[in-house]
Amino acid sequence: MANAGRSAKAPRRSVHLTWEVLLTVILAGSLAFGRLLSPVFANPDNLGNVLLDITEISLMALPMTFIIVMAEIDLSVASVLGASSALMGVLWHMGLPMPVVMALVIVGGAAAGLLNGWLVVRLELPSLAVTIGTLALFRGLAYVLLGDRAVADFPTSYTAFGMDTLGSSFIPLPFTIVIVAAALFGIVLHATPLGRSLYAIGANASAARFSGIDVKKIKLRLFVLSGLVSAIAGIIFTLRFTSARGDNGEGFELAVIAAVLFGGVSIFGGRGSLYGVLLSLLIVGILRNALTLVDVSSETLTIVTGLLLLSSVLIPNFVALRRARKDRLPVAAAKR
Amino acid sequence: MTLHADTMHQAKPTVAPALPGWLAHLAKSRETALFVVLVALIACTGLARPQFLNLQNLRDVLLNVSIVGLLTAGMTVVMLMRHIDLSIGSVVGISAYGVGSIFVAFPHMPVVIALAAGIAIGLVAGALNAVLVAIGRVPSLVATLSTLYIFRGADYAWVSGGQINASSLPEAFSKLATGSMLGIPTLALIAAAVLTGLGIYLKQFRGGREHYAIGSNPEAARLAGIAVERRVMGGFLISGAIAGLAGALWLARFGTVDASTAKGIELQVVAAAVVGSVAINGGAGTILGATLGSLVLGVISIALVVLRVSPFWEQAIQGALIVAAVAVDTLLARSLAKRMMRKRDHG
Repeated sequence: MANAGRSAKAPRRSVHLTWEVLLTVILAGSLAFGRLLSPVFANPDNLGNVLLDITEISLMALPMTFIIVMAEIDLSVASVLGASSALMGVLWHMGLPMPVVMALVIVGGAAAGLLNGWLVVRLELPSLAVTIGTLALFRGLAYVLLGDRAVADFPTSYTAFGMDTLGSSFIPLPFTIVIVAAALFGIVLHATPLGRSLYAIGANASAARFSGIDVKKIKLRLFVLSGLVSAIAGIIFTLRFTSARGDNGEGFELAVIAAVLFGGVSIFGGRGSLYGVLLSLLIVGILRNALTLVDVSSETLTIVTGLLLLSSVLIPNFVALRRARKDRLPVAAAKR
Repeated sequence: MTLHADTMHQAKPTVAPALPGWLAHLAKSRETALFVVLVALIACTGLARPQFLNLQNLRDVLLNVSIVGLLTAGMTVVMLMRHIDLSIGSVVGISAYGVGSIFVAFPHMPVVIALAAGIAIGLVAGALNAVLVAIGRVPSLVATLSTLYIFRGADYAWVSGGQINASSLPEAFSKLATGSMLGIPTLALIAAAVLTGLGIYLKQFRGGREHYAIGSNPEAARLAGIAVERRVMGGFLISGAIAGLAGALWLARFGTVDASTAKGIELQVVAAAVVGSVAINGGAGTILGATLGSLVLGVISIALVVLRVSPFWEQAIQGALIVAAVAVDTLLARSLAKRMMRKRDHG
């Protein structure tokens, strides 16, 4: 029985390894596709736009990857983004200096994450149900804070940050935060004991606990981290559009989760890599940008997101099925 | 399966004496608890603002809740088996627009055929979900998140900026929402009929009980000879068909339909189910509970308007309520299970 389990798992892992290779090929393909579709696509300005458009989603996808690898989920990220944006507007109107405003907003985001984490870890509630609740709660608080008003009079020295690029390159300044954060998250996930323990928790939480991993502490901290990063995404979003609104980032949670899953992270936890997630973010960003350049409406483009997401599960499943059949083939042939 | 149901019924009375009276009652019948909450809500709002209790308001509550209640019932069938259907909002949208455009092409289409067309559209969508989950082995959260995007994208591509107006709908169809029988809106009667049928199916029929068995323990259900895949497919078909019907009813109620119709309603529906103590981990929940859950949320949203609370508070209150419902529900279920274990061990 144990042997059967191991041999059943072996092909799965190799499928998973090839998923990132496949994503790399798709990324190259989508770059070529974009080039083919529109001559404007490869302009540095446009490539900068591609990155700028995925800044917040990429940022939130980093802790989301950790959380899903751990077999939990956080649906409230976009609502934390919205609440942070609203809080930022309110605090700025109270006359606080900008650095204080941003610090308080980040603390607020961490507090929101702490609530999620406390409910999931201390009360042992399912994170899917909890974060559906806090999705509504935090979005509601955003409306309570700011109603349907917008705060747009942020100092230009800060909003310029949303439009500048890094030196003379096409990389937008806000995206440099993503690059730095992605490097940190990648190192933690793939090169530290903490990262390995996330996979262990995702594969089997009680086994992880018995092998000495403090599952509760790690889970709590990751939910706090998710809230904190979402607050940072909220600040960037607000500065980038020079507008603090309660409905900022509405619906982003599904885009974030879709990107993580398309990147090859299993919804059941224990499998996936940050590299895959980054590739998937780029692919989705490039395809959206390229198709928008040829006037396909962005709402119609959600079909592409859906198909990519489906393929991320169907293709490995199909390959695994084929392998399983092939493994059985010699036996069948011998019988004949 | 009847054996399973019987042991469940027998288990309940033996538990009751071990619990303090009110707690036992609440834990045993969460529907009763929800009903008490609902009545208290209506009574308190009525006391604070007597004008709340007029027929027009109650009618509005019924009309609003009918559609969400239907969707919640469909979601319950799926959630019972540890699955989830996030695509219902998009199915409602595409079905509403689909039925509307059939009306534009054939203005004299009978109402029954319009409803059937809605159900058919929903069935097609549900069948796709069913195949993806049961045959393609895609986790339902992923599968229905994908179809949420795909159906909505298809809807946008199809509608491309247009919309259906009430003027293109025949009088008889709009009557579904405006007309009434014995003072109850026709739309609410249709919803009640579907809900009753589904409730009886889940409670009394072998197929219905199998949904609970699958949710409680999929492996055990398979070993007990239950055709798990078939039931799962059935669940998604039911959920899809109901979403399609709800789309047609949405068209009748609101008259105007564009590509963003019912966007995001899936989270409201999951929330109503959770408040109605349908377990997100499957195996527990009833249509009655789910319906009471959507009624509670519906009454709250109208009560806030009547109490002149800023509408901006509505979502925050709903969110807090969902979190509270999940917490109370899970903690009660856990303490009940603990007591049962103790009773079994020392009993």
